[in-house]
Amino acid sequence: MPVLEARHLRKAYGSTLAVDDVSLTLEEGQIVAVLGPNGAGKTTTVEMIAGLRQADAGTVRVLGLDPQADPHAVREQLGMQLQAARLPGRITVAEAVQLYASFYTDPADPAELLELLGLTGKVDTKFKDLSGGQQQRLSIALALVGRPKIAILDELTTGLDPHARREVWQLIESVRGSGVSILLVTHFMEEAERLADRVVIVDEGRVVAQGSPTELTARAEGDYAFQMQFAEQLPAELVESLRRLPEVTDLTIGDHGCTVTGLPMALPAVVGRLGAADRVPTDIHTMTRSLEDVFVQLTSEVPVP
Amino acid sequence: MTVLSPLSRGTGALVRNETRLFLRDGGSLFFALVFPAVLLIGVGLAIPGMDERIPAGAGAGLPMIAFMIPPVLAAAVATPSLSTVPATIAAYREQGVLTRLSTTPMRPAGVLVAQLVVGVAAFLVATVLALAVGALVFTIPVPQQPLLVVVAVLLGAVAMFSVGMIIAARATKAATAQGVGMLVYFPMLFFAGLWTPGPVMPDAVAAVATWTPLGAASQAISAGWLGGGTPWLQLAVLVGYTVIGIAISARVFRWS
Repeated sequence: MPVLEARHLRKAYGSTLAVDDVSLTLEEGQIVAVLGPNGAGKTTTVEMIAGLRQADAGTVRVLGLDPQADPHAVREQLGMQLQAARLPGRITVAEAVQLYASFYTDPADPAELLELLGLTGKVDTKFKDLSGGQQQRLSIALALVGRPKIAILDELTTGLDPHARREVWQLIESVRGSGVSILLVTHFMEEAERLADRVVIVDEGRVVAQGSPTELTARAEGDYAFQMQFAEQLPAELVESLRRLPEVTDLTIGDHGCTVTGLPMALPAVVGRLGAADRVPTDIHTMTRSLEDVFVQLTSEVPVP
Repeated sequence: MTVLSPLSRGTGALVRNETRLFLRDGGSLFFALVFPAVLLIGVGLAIPGMDERIPAGAGAGLPMIAFMIPPVLAAAVATPSLSTVPATIAAYREQGVLTRLSTTPMRPAGVLVAQLVVGVAAFLVATVLALAVGALVFTIPVPQQPLLVVVAVLLGAVAMFSVGMIIAARATKAATAQGVGMLVYFPMLFFAGLWTPGPVMPDAVAAVATWTPLGAASQAISAGWLGGGTPWLQLAVLVGYTVIGIAISARVFRWS
């Protein structure tokens, strides 16, 4: 039973179609990443899911409620961090968390939350004086202060340095550990690969692929590849005999050595034939696909990291 | 707390928070507190003969400045209610402060009420300050019905801020809020009698002014200060603008 389910969401702004057809589900305790290039319609999608924006078509169910019909009904149980959301510059960390705690029926303890987010030393610092990473951690604190069952986190680590980004990732893992289901919006492959149980790749307002990171990066049969290096050039007739092996679909020789694609059994078959010809590669490495390869293959534009 | 029940949980905390942020903003705080005093002294000194007593006719024996106090207070409330506070809320919208609030159980009415309470409270403090300074510089007569004056000032301020909240509910930029506020500002000041105070205002204009929020406020304050019976109609008009202003602004409010 999913805690969150969106079906065939659609939203146009004037003649611009921001979201064409997006469906996704979030199971309890999972992290689902909505991954896509800038302008793919990710933020509009989650805003419709939260009932902050009226969808032109499609349905949403969040914990059995319909945020499109009654946006207010889900506020207690759905925590949100939106990319565009800010705080007044002069509010301090402690004031912000206490203020937001006061909006909820059964809020988390502000002091405990700040401790969890590593902001205890910054309680009296004003929002405008916080670093980018600290502001993001405060944003997460505010999204979690109502003890939500689901948190939607939009472009959480954009603009953070790699160190701060890893800190935020650890934090999200510990939040999931506490039982919160998380919908994560990101354009960072690494973030999705590291955190998500499932990834929904969105491009130009449509879902172009979804699955676990492993499923998405798994190659189809006949699409397995490895590279070999040799001390000396291989004789042409040996190369031809390798190409004729039934397990091999393609073999090319280039600057980086010899690249073979084929069935999973291509590697032992090729090495066996080389051994019979008394040739041993100096180096072999298999080429696994990263989520980034999948992403670039599926989406129209290469994202700016 | 039945009065507060339609408001979201945490509205009180939001009021305290907005008060703190207002007190932290030195420039705005200074302007808000000093503006009515500067306006009263300015009007009193710039226009000749303000301290002279009226020899005969309506208001005989009273100093001219006495007739300027109601329109000056009206003008002093128009500036924050139509311009400063709507601009603050529009800036919150522009910056995404309201976007964050929109993800919580807080409702638009809570946001509007918090700003209204802070705005009205600041204006009341500034009014006391203005009258205290004014009393040092000019001969200001003691109000005939002090309680009525207090009620009229309070109700007038609440009504004006409620009307300003309609601008605040929609404007997406601080500059837009200020621009729209200014369009309403000068007609309102005219009906408040800033250019034709008290007995100088033609009867026909005064009859129309009664139905405008700032005109009603000015007339009600005037009645309490200088005498002339309880201005029931004006007080009812102010209550009406308050109810309509809050209802419309909460309804048309946008978060982003």
